[in-house]
Amino acid sequence: MAITPPSNRLWWKEPINGLELGWVIVAFLWGLFMFFFMIAWHFIGDQNLSNVTYRVSPDVYAEKVEAFADEFQMTDANGELMEEEGVPVVAPPEGGDVYLMARLWEFWPVLELKKDVPYRFHLSSADWQHGFSLQPTNINISVHPGYEHIFTLTPTEAGVFGIVCNEFCGIGHHTMSGRIRVVE
Amino acid sequence: MTSIDHGAAPITAVRATFRTCRFSGLRIESSAEALIKANAVAAVLFLMLGGLMGLLVALTRWPAVQLLPADMFYLVLTGHGANVLLFWIIFFEIAVLYFASAVILGSRIAAPKMAWLAFVMMVAGAVLANYSVLQGDSSVMFTSYPPMMASQLFYLSLIIFAVGALLAVAIFFATLVVAKAERTYNGSVPLVTFGAITAGIIAVFTLASGAIILIPTWLWSIGLISGIDTLMYKLVWWGMGHSSQQINVSAHVAIWYAIAAVYLGAKPLSEKVSRMAFFLYILFLQLASAHHLLAEPGMSSTWKIVNTSYMMYLAVLGSLIHGLTVPGAIEAAQRRNGYTRGWFEWLTKAPWGNPAFSGMFMSLVMFGFIGGISGVVLGTEQLNVLMHNTIYVPGHFHGTVVAGTTLAFMAGTYMLVPIIFQRDILWPKLAKLQPYVFGIGAGGISLFMMGAGTLGVPRRSWDITLTDAAHAFEFPAAAYLMMGLNGISALFAATGGVMFILVVVGSILAGPKLDKAGAKLIFPLHDKGREAVTTYGSEVHPKLPGTIVLVTIFFTCFILYYFVNWKYLSELWLFN
Ligand code: HEM
Ligand SMILES: [Cu+2]
Repeated sequence: MAITPPSNRLWWKEPINGLELGWVIVAFLWGLFMFFFMIAWHFIGDQNLSNVTYRVSPDVYAEKVEAFADEFQMTDANGELMEEEGVPVVAPPEGGDVYLMARLWEFWPVLELKKDVPYRFHLSSADWQHGFSLQPTNINISVHPGYEHIFTLTPTEAGVFGIVCNEFCGIGHHTMSGRIRVVE
Repeated sequence: MTSIDHGAAPITAVRATFRTCRFSGLRIESSAEALIKANAVAAVLFLMLGGLMGLLVALTRWPAVQLLPADMFYLVLTGHGANVLLFWIIFFEIAVLYFASAVILGSRIAAPKMAWLAFVMMVAGAVLANYSVLQGDSSVMFTSYPPMMASQLFYLSLIIFAVGALLAVAIFFATLVVAKAERTYNGSVPLVTFGAITAGIIAVFTLASGAIILIPTWLWSIGLISGIDTLMYKLVWWGMGHSSQQINVSAHVAIWYAIAAVYLGAKPLSEKVSRMAFFLYILFLQLASAHHLLAEPGMSSTWKIVNTSYMMYLAVLGSLIHGLTVPGAIEAAQRRNGYTRGWFEWLTKAPWGNPAFSGMFMSLVMFGFIGGISGVVLGTEQLNVLMHNTIYVPGHFHGTVVAGTTLAFMAGTYMLVPIIFQRDILWPKLAKLQPYVFGIGAGGISLFMMGAGTLGVPRRSWDITLTDAAHAFEFPAAAYLMMGLNGISALFAATGGVMFILVVVGSILAGPKLDKAGAKLIFPLHDKGREAVTTYGSEVHPKLPGTIVLVTIFFTCFILYYFVNWKYLSELWLFN
């Protein structure tokens, strides 16, 4: 029994049950397959999180994002600067750098991107840890203060997308949101 | 049982009083018994508190109910995580370690006074942690990621608890040494003890990681250190946070084997394979802390792949092996017990009315199908981005740690009550139902949170309507439905939890006494006489068609679910 010492003192010399051995082999091969599939996805797949990251002080990052928003804030037909809920709407040049900042409790600014265009996306936090969760696509990336995470992002569908925060960041966590608009 | 009786005059001449359990034949020393009782009772009390908090959390996350206000919600959620994941589980594990060393090996506890000191420290730490959480200035979740800061007391109390637990683990190892030196058993340690040793070794690593990260964090909260790097914190914290889950797995797998042995007379199919499977946990699990950092900046893909796959899959291999050897051992035992018809008579005629067995078997099935499969998917480098930090994550770990570990520990308690407390189960009808009610609830909360997570619902969030948010966003109606069903399942789980506590506390205080001659158990242990009825297969190579079918179903589900997720991933926006 499993609660008494093995009846055969030389238990390590017992032959292994064929069924067990078969399963150990199958399970091991499945593990190997899953291992190689992750590597393979770096070659065959289009969804691999980049590991390009720079250290940046939160203040410096905030300045960069503000400069970016000033430069590319959109204007409407009357030449007025566009805003949504008081947040500037920013349309970066096609294929250019895009800066998004997470802070208590918003993702800033609102972005307008073009469908099927790859952007160089910068993501960091001005204060605490946050979670970038793009909805309803469901792409989820952690955001750390002090680390500027850079990846290429290509929207593949047009529409209005929400960003919700999914890393707990205090009492306003559930109000923390942002927006990305994607146009044809 | 050992043939030599050292009870009265052990080599070291330490006084210890033993009794022999009339039902199991185990030799039980009085201080081991008292320590197991104390730790198990403390565990159950923290489960009661933490479970209540879990119910409040789930009812708040049910959008139609939204029971608590936001600040209370975050406070209670912090308390829930700490009470159930740390206090309930670890107190119970200490009881399991003492049982697997002193009781199973028929030894005395190495240093009972130190063991009591460990217990007092753990109680003090747990009580202080609850006190500081309830103060309201430590609602940082039990992960306490910086730069969010809790009160000093919060970190300090966790450190005290961890040091106490470490001391208890040391007593466990010392007890093994004593048992060996005093020759209380012959040959190698039993498989269950081996599993407990695995748990103990991982516990040392885990608690050390916890200390390495919590001590500087505590100094930071006092103001002695200026800042804590957020990535470094996560890496080391999960060295504790994830590896401690492997203590749970080792402990609950050991309990699966123990229950199968005690109630059905099951032997491992082969000692070698089962032990190797435990050993894989020790070798590879520590590194799986990496799979908590897959969506983090600053970690290279190579690092992620090596740590989550090569390492993790070898630990997963351990669980996959137990997934066959545990039902296999049960099938072999049942066939020996005479249930040989067809593929599944061994299972249909199993003691489903015995809460120890039914709880154990449901734990086995749900841990594999819900917790295990979702865990591998979640831990795959690229797939993680699909559900990182969504409520899918709590869904996954309620499959492992509630439907798996907690249910197994409950089942184990039904075994401890007669053997250690010498009381029979009071209200057997309630006890029979309990694992089913809790099991349905635990399975339900796991699955519905996973469902909501695939629809994007964030974890640890008070309000998914985003009413007060600057930019409105509507989650799909199905997400609301899932969160509602989660609330209903939580009611089941909480009812099952209350039934458990009633039965256990009732039995301990007022269950029929078993220490008088002629007392019979309501849920009888395996009758050794039955082992003679060998009618099927040979001992060495039993045929196990039922297990083959079960494992095939499991593996098919696993493969399908794995590839479905890759398909979802391929439909996302492109990023690299
Ligand atoms: C009555 C039984 C239980 C119910 C209804 C329940 C329900 C929940 C819910 C709804 C959440 C919140 C998810 C979120 O908002 O992110 C949660 C979190 C959690 N639960 Fe449970 N739970 C129960 C028992 C347990 C047990 C027994 C354990 C551990 C052994 C456990 C461990 C956890 C942990 C670690 C968290 C995460 C806390 C955090 O995010 O900081 N739960 N639970
Ligand atoms: Cu946030």
